[in-house]
Amino acid sequence: MGHILTAGQKTPDATGKTATGAPLSRLDPRTRILAAVTFAIVTVGCSWIPVLLAALAVAAGLAVLSGLPVGPTLRRMAAMDGFIVFLIALLPFTTPGDPLVTIWGVTASRQGLMLAIDILLTANAVVLALLALVGSMEPVTLGHALHRLRMPEALVHLMMFTIRYVEVLHAEYLRLRQAMKARGFRPSTDWHSLRSLGYLVGMVLVRAVDRSERVLGAMKCRGFSGRLPLLHAYAYGPRDAAFAAVLGAALLALCLAEVSHGAA
Amino acid sequence: MHIVDGALANPVVLGGAALAAGGIALGLRYLPLERIPAAGVLSAAFFVASLIHVPIGPSSVHLILNGLAGLVLGWAAFPALFVGLLLQAVFFGFGGLTVLGVNTLAIALPAVIVHYLCRSGMRAGNPVIAALWGGIGGALAIALTTALVGLALTLSGGAFFLAARLVFFAHIPVMVVEALLSAAAVYLAARVKPDLFFTLKGAS
Repeated sequence: MGHILTAGQKTPDATGKTATGAPLSRLDPRTRILAAVTFAIVTVGCSWIPVLLAALAVAAGLAVLSGLPVGPTLRRMAAMDGFIVFLIALLPFTTPGDPLVTIWGVTASRQGLMLAIDILLTANAVVLALLALVGSMEPVTLGHALHRLRMPEALVHLMMFTIRYVEVLHAEYLRLRQAMKARGFRPSTDWHSLRSLGYLVGMVLVRAVDRSERVLGAMKCRGFSGRLPLLHAYAYGPRDAAFAAVLGAALLALCLAEVSHGAA
Repeated sequence: MHIVDGALANPVVLGGAALAAGGIALGLRYLPLERIPAAGVLSAAFFVASLIHVPIGPSSVHLILNGLAGLVLGWAAFPALFVGLLLQAVFFGFGGLTVLGVNTLAIALPAVIVHYLCRSGMRAGNPVIAALWGGIGGALAIALTTALVGLALTLSGGAFFLAARLVFFAHIPVMVVEALLSAAAVYLAARVKPDLFFTLKGAS
């Protein structure tokens, strides 16, 4: 996924979450996580195209409110679409149903096309809402909020360590890579490149374990007792209630539209 | 390789989530607090390694390295790779939210299988033998991952079967790349720091 990361946005620590002052950033982080999950479940549950278009519009509205940078966000969505286009492009041809067009003797069905559009819209709506609601918060805040939402403590700690050291190890990786470049390494499709990159990966892992031993030593030295205090105390406020009411009403409307279409 | 929201049938999504939750719970039992820093830093290392692009002819692939993750982390690969996938979904928009369970299972279960199949090779104490098993593990993990992705898609509807088979064959070059690269990484680690393959394992 390196191709969608620009120089300033290499790791979760720097993915454009300086969106202070944006309306969504004043909500309780737990509200935003729960909203993203609810939105995802409702959207995945719907399959009528107009409903999915409305869901995508809701997600776009959330993205505007979150203050995410437009360019990088669209680039991420395009990268994801490029990923799945291969998968869904085949669907019209492999789903049985009313014939639509025939290409090279293979018939595309209308049902298959609808299914492909369904998946495309669902995936984009959910990812956009997720980036807007959760992706726009500080990774550390995400860890604290998940802890308050009863994610197991060990998993939260594991995640906090990962968030912290992705940045550090990425810098280390870039240093090693630069050293290779200085010695004239240019990656291509040959045994030498694969072996060199393999050694690079091995070295990053070895250094990671060495580093973790020093980290553990330093933590013990400071009396690490097995618990990291998570200081943030969160409180739901009137803003959260208002947001939950508006989003809840929108999602309920989507559900009702879906059900009424299914009944008709 | 990530599956997105909306592509799978509900029973597949729920089943995947339940199995992934079980795997994560089991993995956390192998992680007493003493080992969490090591697991967290290694999880970050695999996250960084997945940013490496290897050229294949005019195109390039990014690494997954779940076989290597299994060799190093054992059962802890489940929580570690879950954290990686969660961060990728939330901050990069890769994969999806409801399919997180299925994606975790597709990446982490092969890692655990490779851990069991190849661990004797790691114990041999010979870097060449370790590298050989590392290569086998690297290729096997990708093969199993594509097979699991294909299975999840096929269970969700027969229309995906052709796509699933194509995904599998399209990943054969990736298997070769991952096998050779994992073998080289294991060879280096086995010479420089053989402990790497045992730090996170053993009785908790």
